[in-house]
Amino acid sequence: MSRLAAAFADRDGPVFVGFLVAGDPDPAMSLAVAKTMIDAGAGILEVAIPFSDPMADGPIIQQAHERALAAGMTPDAAFDLVQAIRGYAPVPVVLFTYANIVFRQGWERFAARAAGAGADALLVVDLPPEESGDLAAAAARHGLDLIRLIAPTTSAARRRRVLAGASGFVYLVAVEGVTGVRDDLPAYLADLIRTVRQETRLPLAVGFGVSRPGHVQAIAAAGADAVVVGSAITRIIGEHPDGGTKMLQAVGDYVAAMVGRP
Amino acid sequence: MIQRRFGAFGGQYVPETLMETLVELEEAYRRARQDPTFLRRLSFYLTEYAGRETPLTYCANLSHDLGCRVYLKREDLLHGGAHKINNTLGQGLLAEFMGKRRLIAETGAGQHGVATAMAGAVLGLPVEVYMGEVDTERQRLNVYRMRLLGATVHPVASGTRTLKDAVNEAMRDWVTNVRGTHYLIGSCVGPHPFPSIVRDFQSVIGEETRQQVLEREGRLPDMIVACVGGGSNAAGMFAPFIGAGPALVGVEAAGAGLGTPRHGASICGGSPGIFQGAFSYLLQDGDGQVRETHSVAAGLDYPGVGPEHASWKESGAVRYEAVTDREALDAFRYLSRREGIIPALESAHAVAYACRAAADLGPDGILVINLSGRGDKDVPDVARMDGVA
Repeated sequence: MSRLAAAFADRDGPVFVGFLVAGDPDPAMSLAVAKTMIDAGAGILEVAIPFSDPMADGPIIQQAHERALAAGMTPDAAFDLVQAIRGYAPVPVVLFTYANIVFRQGWERFAARAAGAGADALLVVDLPPEESGDLAAAAARHGLDLIRLIAPTTSAARRRRVLAGASGFVYLVAVEGVTGVRDDLPAYLADLIRTVRQETRLPLAVGFGVSRPGHVQAIAAAGADAVVVGSAITRIIGEHPDGGTKMLQAVGDYVAAMVGRP
Repeated sequence: MIQRRFGAFGGQYVPETLMETLVELEEAYRRARQDPTFLRRLSFYLTEYAGRETPLTYCANLSHDLGCRVYLKREDLLHGGAHKINNTLGQGLLAEFMGKRRLIAETGAGQHGVATAMAGAVLGLPVEVYMGEVDTERQRLNVYRMRLLGATVHPVASGTRTLKDAVNEAMRDWVTNVRGTHYLIGSCVGPHPFPSIVRDFQSVIGEETRQQVLEREGRLPDMIVACVGGGSNAAGMFAPFIGAGPALVGVEAAGAGLGTPRHGASICGGSPGIFQGAFSYLLQDGDGQVRETHSVAAGLDYPGVGPEHASWKESGAVRYEAVTDREALDAFRYLSRREGIIPALESAHAVAYACRAAADLGPDGILVINLSGRGDKDVPDVARMDGVA
């Protein structure tokens, strides 16, 4: 069984997928953030390689990409970060980025390097199934899952096609929009989770806007297996420009509260 | 059938949320092109509102100086002062056809934003324009112009705070409001089907030129020159001439020089990459991060280029050259003095290259320059460079 499959099989309540931008606020500190999230109960990490033009992200995560690039983060250093996380814990790592970062390395070389560093899956947000043939083949050769997304705008007919080639887990985008912290999740979300739940046997992870313990409960109650939280964590990093233990403490407290640990 | 790719280039590199909308857009566009009411309305607005057809002006003084027969295609005479209105009227009517009641757009210097605001005003559709903060400061008058035309202007504070960031922000708005909003993209860039739609709406330039030059000269030109930023005026001019004989030359912004990092020449100085929805040429670093660009012409100050241009580059159907800020400014002054026509700094790049290449055509050679816009918008900047406050 893959690390990813094991994370879902062993779960006790919904899996918490903690997102961070590699190199935010700087390369060393982002490793500390990753370790803090793991220690606080994150079951999967989603590690983003920063990109100059993060089109699918709202302001909070955009700023994280900017901070990381300003701190000198590169794809090479992001692979190093994944390797360091792998050395720390057996938690599955989903490597997230934008298509040009992968294309520039070469589909095959990127997949090989990601697998070599210990990543378990790839998620390229601007590479829909129609464009992902080369990367899907490379990912399969290297034993990586390529995560596919379903959005509220994805029709039933299209969902069938997207789900047919999915592996690892299915990422359900909770809102029509970009990433960000939202007070309330849309009213249609529970029904959408229930619908997609019927359409795939893969684990279902819900992200975009998820930021409160109440969201996690509602998403789990509707039948999803995991929540992905990015902006809320990234915001804590942004709010602590001096970094350090206070920031790590705040991240740890937040993740613990979200996973329901006392 | 609309091409999803141009050779290896193009495609749909967008978040999942937009995929169905792009399918809908393609469907709607295919229907609109067969719809007599849509076509009649487009023709009406292009003629009665925008001022088509535009003249193909024979330039006796340039012809004398350059040693061949030189014509200018006068898109500078359109309403709004540039070719942009061809596309904004087309896509505005397409939005109406699809029942989308809100238009959003990006703009760099403000020309496309103004043209979108005009189309929105005349068609009764609310318009919101994203514009980099750096550009809103540089082009305050165009911000005011858009507001005067009833549009809302959103300054964009992310990234380099210029055109590429305005496109990102418009995409984010579209992802959020996709059901009722049409993203009226300003050039032949972005995901399929935008590059085809924008090229088609701009092809009126090349179609008129073809007819006009045949009437005047009885044959096709030897060379046609157009500037290329995103590349919509060039795509519209070239499309009807691809493979038809004339040498087609797209002129990019060499800025401070192709040997420096300060230019906007995606094809002449960039490499293939995936950016803002399409696979095309891109100015980027070794990791794939998109580079900052520079050109004296704001409309050419963009790191990407339309994917069809990338395919024309690969197939050799079009030749791509680059002209520096200095050469463009010289051409700006030259055309103003010699023909009494102040060109947009973007179009001045085409004029500059034409001056360089004309001698090879010989006295019977026919050269057409696409004068994509007028230079009134650039006069304050050039005056400042000349030390006139």
